[in-house]
Amino acid sequence: MANIFPKWSNTAPIKILICLALTVGTVVAGVTYWATPKYLRVGYQPIQPVAFEHSLHVDQLGMDCLYCHTFVDRSEHSNVPAASTCMNCHSMVKSDSPKLAPIRNSYESGEPVPWVKIHRTPDYVYFNHSVHINRGVSCVHCHGQVNEMEEVYHAKPLSMAFCLECHRNPENFIRPIDEVTNLNFRYDSREEQIEQGTKFVHDWKVNPPQSCSGCHR
Amino acid sequence: MRIFLAVWLFVVVATVSILGFRGDKSRSAPRWVFPDMDIQAKYLPQGQNEFFADERNDRPMVPGAVLRGYNSDIKEVFDGEYVFAKAENPALFTGLNESGKPVTEFPLEVTYDLVQLGQKKYTIFCQPCHGRVGDGMGITKKYGMSATPTYHDDGKRALSVGDIFNTITHGKGTMFPYGMKLNPQERWAVVAYVRALQLSQNATVNDVPTQYRKELGL
Ligand code: HEC
Ligand code: HEC
Ligand code: HEC
Ligand code: HEC
Ligand code: HEC
Ligand code: HEC
Repeated sequence: MANIFPKWSNTAPIKILICLALTVGTVVAGVTYWATPKYLRVGYQPIQPVAFEHSLHVDQLGMDCLYCHTFVDRSEHSNVPAASTCMNCHSMVKSDSPKLAPIRNSYESGEPVPWVKIHRTPDYVYFNHSVHINRGVSCVHCHGQVNEMEEVYHAKPLSMAFCLECHRNPENFIRPIDEVTNLNFRYDSREEQIEQGTKFVHDWKVNPPQSCSGCHR
Repeated sequence: MRIFLAVWLFVVVATVSILGFRGDKSRSAPRWVFPDMDIQAKYLPQGQNEFFADERNDRPMVPGAVLRGYNSDIKEVFDGEYVFAKAENPALFTGLNESGKPVTEFPLEVTYDLVQLGQKKYTIFCQPCHGRVGDGMGITKKYGMSATPTYHDDGKRALSVGDIFNTITHGKGTMFPYGMKLNPQERWAVVAYVRALQLSQNATVNDVPTQYRKELGL
């Protein structure tokens, strides 16, 4: 009687196992790598109606974030400036630049400039800027080095794990309130950051919520 | 097996080259993998609202509306004990006295804290044009804001505090108003700081208290 199983069937199970392992492994690796906010959001850089450069206005001209995002320290959302804020200077500086035509039109007609929103948390998350700004959490932790960006892009994942990483150990991040809008500020060493941070956490009674209802209401 | 490996390699290379790496810049809006309740039927600040002709969800102030307070002090404003500050001390809000002239005295107590607040706000809102010491040589001067004056001549020193307050609130000539960005308290704080700058830039040795002169090498 001839062999029922041909010779190749000796290695078939192991080959099938390898193929399965490779397929499953690759899919898992792909999902962990790509299907997270670290890939989906980070790097989002829409084309804005005006080629506004933060690097020029903040680093070169030394403007403070609050000149434009004025209400970020007392309101839950951060305002994007109205055209009149730009016209403070651009009524005289580069007042006929074609790049600024949408600003001038908006200022004259009262129609808002259609800026494209970049950072957006899901609607079931209740985020509040002012509590963070008034507790020494700098813009740089959540928005990256905006002062060096020619065009703003989404620099941090802003996922739940990201928020909680800081809420569990705020002393690793917080700094003096005066330095919140100075995105280049760093303590010289990690030890100093933790030492000073621990002091601030104690003095200001910082207690970020870790319970679900803190952020989901 | 070899066929499988070839297909596998092809799929991996194709996926990596289509999807790219983390942190790559992208012009297209982020995809929501599970858009459960991420986008809800509610209106958010600075959002869009088709109900209005200009599609702005934040409505501009109705002309003639009287500001009772800010969202940030909502607790005080809606408290039963709330006194309408504008009725108590109109000069604090308008910078004008009963006859409609700019006031010459501060309508609130000038403390060290107030001047400090003024310095903070001055640095944010005025320094780009008026410069760190108020000499009008802010960074924007060399880009074309040539009209910015110095605070340190007799004309500007003669301005009353009410005049400066009104300049901040409503603007003046080529200077745009800052009333929407600073609340009245903060505006008075800035006025106090402008006065401090004027003093500091027009001081003589005699203004320095004797005990500090040695420290400064005078
Ligand atoms: C001269 C005014 C001005 C200053 C100063 C300024 N910004 Fe902006 N900012 C804007 C405008 C206008 C936009 C909208 C256009 C854009 O996204 O580029 C914006 C957008 C942003 C965004 C993206 C908002 C979104 O849609 O999610 C962030 C984050 C931001 N700014 C942070 C900062 C920080 C941090 C600073 C201080 C270092 C700063 N800005 C200073 C005017 C300003
Ligand atoms: C403090 C004054 C100031 C404010 C406020 C300001 N800018 Fe500017 N902006 C400048 C200066 C100074 C330049 C550089 C001009 C130059 O390079 O000669 C500039 C340059 C620009 C340019 C490049 C223009 C060109 O033709 O190269 C754009 C675009 C611009 N600003 C947009 C804005 C927008 C949008 C806002 C409002 C959110 C704004 N700016 C607010 C001072 C200001
Ligand atoms: C703790 C994290 C955190 C810090 C600190 C922070 N932001 Fe944000 N910011 C966010 C999140 C989250 C959003 C998206 C909010 C939303 O869903 O509308 C956002 C949105 C914004 C927007 C866009 C608002 C809109 O409606 O288009 C601007 C502008 C902005 N931030 C500016 C700033 C500035 C300026 C600072 C520093 C003074 C700052 N942020 C500090 C987390 C932060
Ligand atoms: C770098 C640090 C840091 C990051 C990142 C951060 N937080 Fe916070 N958060 C704080 C601190 C500090 C407080 C203030 C706690 C206090 O006032 O006692 C706070 C407070 C809060 C509060 C409480 C507000 C209230 O009304 O008491 C909420 C809600 C919140 N954060 C949401 C978020 C969300 C959502 C994110 C992610 C997008 C986030 N935070 C990211 C540090 C951070
Ligand atoms: C510091 C603020 C914060 C706290 C505390 C928090 N969350 Fe979240 N949560 C977030 C943010 C921000 C997101 C949005 C993440 C994103 O879009 O990537 C989120 C998203 C979620 C989601 C949806 C995930 C998805 O992609 O569909 C669930 C479910 C959730 N949270 C459950 C919880 C539970 C349960 C708790 C309590 C143990 C909790 N959260 C506490 C900030 C918080
Ligand atoms: C964008 C540039 C700019 C900024 C920012 C600015 N100013 Fe001015 N300021 C001017 C110019 C230009 C003039 C000259 C106006 C004129 O006489 O046409 C002026 C004039 C003045 C005067 C003299 C008014 C008079 O009666 O002669 C005062 C006082 C003053 N500014 C105070 C301030 C204060 C306080 C701030 C901060 C809240 C400020 N300015 C911010 C540009 C600016």
